[in-house]
Amino acid sequence: MDPVFIAIQLLNGLQYGLLLFLIASGLTLIFGIMGIINLAHGAMYMIGAYLAYDLTLRTGSFWLALLLAVPIAVVLGLVIERLFLGTLYRRDHLYQVLLTFGLILVLNEAQRIIWGSDVQSVPVPASLSGNIALTGNLQYPVYRLFVAAICLLVAGGIYWIIRHTRLGIVIRAGAVNRDMVEGLGIDVRTLFTLIFSVGVGLAAFAGMLSAPMTSLYPGMGDNILITCFVIVVIGGIGSIKGAFLGSLLIGQAATFGPVLLPALASVIIYLIMAAVLIIKPRGLFA
Amino acid sequence: MKRARIRKHTRHLLTGLGLFFLASFQPLLAQQNEAGQATPVKLGLMLPYSGTYAPLGESITNGLKLAIKQNGDQLGGRPVEYVVLDSEADASKAPQNMSRLVKGDKVDVVIGPVHSGVAMGMLKVAKQTGAIMIIPNAGLGAATGQLCMPNVFRTSFSMWQDSYPMGKVAYDRGHRKVVTITWNYAGGKEDIAGFEESFSKAGGEVVKQILVPFPETQFQPYLTDIASIKPDAVYTFFAGAGAVRFVRDYAKVGLKDSVPLLGSGFLTDGNLDAQGEAAEGILTTLHYADGLDSDVDRAFRGAYGKAYERKLDTYAVQGYDAGMMLVQALDQTGGNSTDRDALIPALASVKLNSPRGPVTFSKAHHPIQNIYLRQVKDGRNQVIDVASRALEDPARGCRM
Repeated sequence: MDPVFIAIQLLNGLQYGLLLFLIASGLTLIFGIMGIINLAHGAMYMIGAYLAYDLTLRTGSFWLALLLAVPIAVVLGLVIERLFLGTLYRRDHLYQVLLTFGLILVLNEAQRIIWGSDVQSVPVPASLSGNIALTGNLQYPVYRLFVAAICLLVAGGIYWIIRHTRLGIVIRAGAVNRDMVEGLGIDVRTLFTLIFSVGVGLAAFAGMLSAPMTSLYPGMGDNILITCFVIVVIGGIGSIKGAFLGSLLIGQAATFGPVLLPALASVIIYLIMAAVLIIKPRGLFA
Repeated sequence: MKRARIRKHTRHLLTGLGLFFLASFQPLLAQQNEAGQATPVKLGLMLPYSGTYAPLGESITNGLKLAIKQNGDQLGGRPVEYVVLDSEADASKAPQNMSRLVKGDKVDVVIGPVHSGVAMGMLKVAKQTGAIMIIPNAGLGAATGQLCMPNVFRTSFSMWQDSYPMGKVAYDRGHRKVVTITWNYAGGKEDIAGFEESFSKAGGEVVKQILVPFPETQFQPYLTDIASIKPDAVYTFFAGAGAVRFVRDYAKVGLKDSVPLLGSGFLTDGNLDAQGEAAEGILTTLHYADGLDSDVDRAFRGAYGKAYERKLDTYAVQGYDAGMMLVQALDQTGGNSTDRDALIPALASVKLNSPRGPVTFSKAHHPIQNIYLRQVKDGRNQVIDVASRALEDPARGCRM
């Protein structure tokens, strides 16, 4: 491969990694701060993609669909947290695994009932449907660059909130010692609802952004969930920085791995996870 | 304190991850019992109703039921009972699912599966129990090759059968250096092997063979790789959601205009709506096409369109032919579905006047059929030629 193609592959990996970060960041926040293992995170990614598809069909505009779908996803997250998770905070993780696994089944089946099992797709919005010519016979879709930029913005936003706002201080404190934060008169319950809704909202948002780049099919969230769990484990649980670097690492591995080491293509991310855990059993940044 | 908690968390998370892998989605078992006077013929449907291949399972089911409905909802004078089981396209559950249908539900005939990996598991059970099995899709060569057996029939195709004719077509169109790309699983590898066999026999060269982990659909890195190789053409096998994604991404990165895309018909079949503009002009070979325009085909399309909302595709034809096969064979045995010594020869002698053209069955119980060269025009897989007439699969390794 010549340098130009290596550069394009780096860009491919970066774009994929940034998208993974949107999903993994919510997963790591929910797990690190609330101590909740949310297996339904991937299903929310799928729901987001289908919401984008559905609302684009209804409104005729992808942007309008995004605008409508984000609050719907956040409210869905809110409802799930209030209805199902409230009693599980003090319980063993296995209860959460059981419940959120049940949620996967429910959400997957709901998807099938509402949108059917056909493969669906969302057209790329006209304003971003162009390509940028990078080399003689290869063009880069503008939409992919746009997604990368949006993901970077969101990543920056999350980082800024966690590091430089009062809310961020409370979130970090709640992660370390919930009882103390409650003792200071802060309503942790509401805080948790907020984090969960935003977290799964981010996963759904990633699904919406993916919709024009991917095919929508039942169970599309299951594979991405596993990839994101791997990222969270690599980065260290609850660490946003870890999730960010883990996402970029896995993004590149998933891009270069299959091309350079085709034999290891399907196991490469697990090999990386195993290697990280051997060196740092708690992940890179926990 | 915090370290210990995180270590515990990591452990739990890994446990959760493991459980997610292990926990299996409970197959949905829908039993339909219609009160009939005569005991019903029991058909076990073992097809995917969830996951990537769910649409294929649905099409096959539609086609099968249409054929039986057109026969007055009966087979050989007996009502029909369907036992439906979601195979989930999960190969690891195939043997137990098949056993459940054969030994538990005691079905007369099993129809399935879609996915070749599942077929392998089912064939094991078919071998042990002698249960009659009609494969309405899975194209692994072995089913009518080294694993062939009297009680197993196929109404679909083999990977080799659909891709072999394309090798010569590619060479005749002036392509000399081709990259092949498919998923790294038996079906995909057999498909590109069939293409490569005839392409290199004609004098062409496959310069690179790319195998993508199944069911990965992040194609961007591979497309970048193909662009750097600059072959004369790309031959590909993908199906379902992966096929939609591949065709759209191929067009999106601009390869469509510089490197012609050839494929197995599954690349575009049932996917054209989703692929849209990106599929226009793609050449594929398959055992069915749009615009065959025979009386049988027209009648079938009309009836299917009336009965179902889903757009008609090749999978529906395969399901329909499985149904027609049962209709003919059970008429011949006078509705006897339990005497395998009578039913097997009856099935083997079936001659179908299928929507896809004439179909008879080889010694290995595999369809002898036309393979059409199709080009995507205005959202249809328009037939432009017969790539190979009455092609018989070589059934390598079959001793029956």
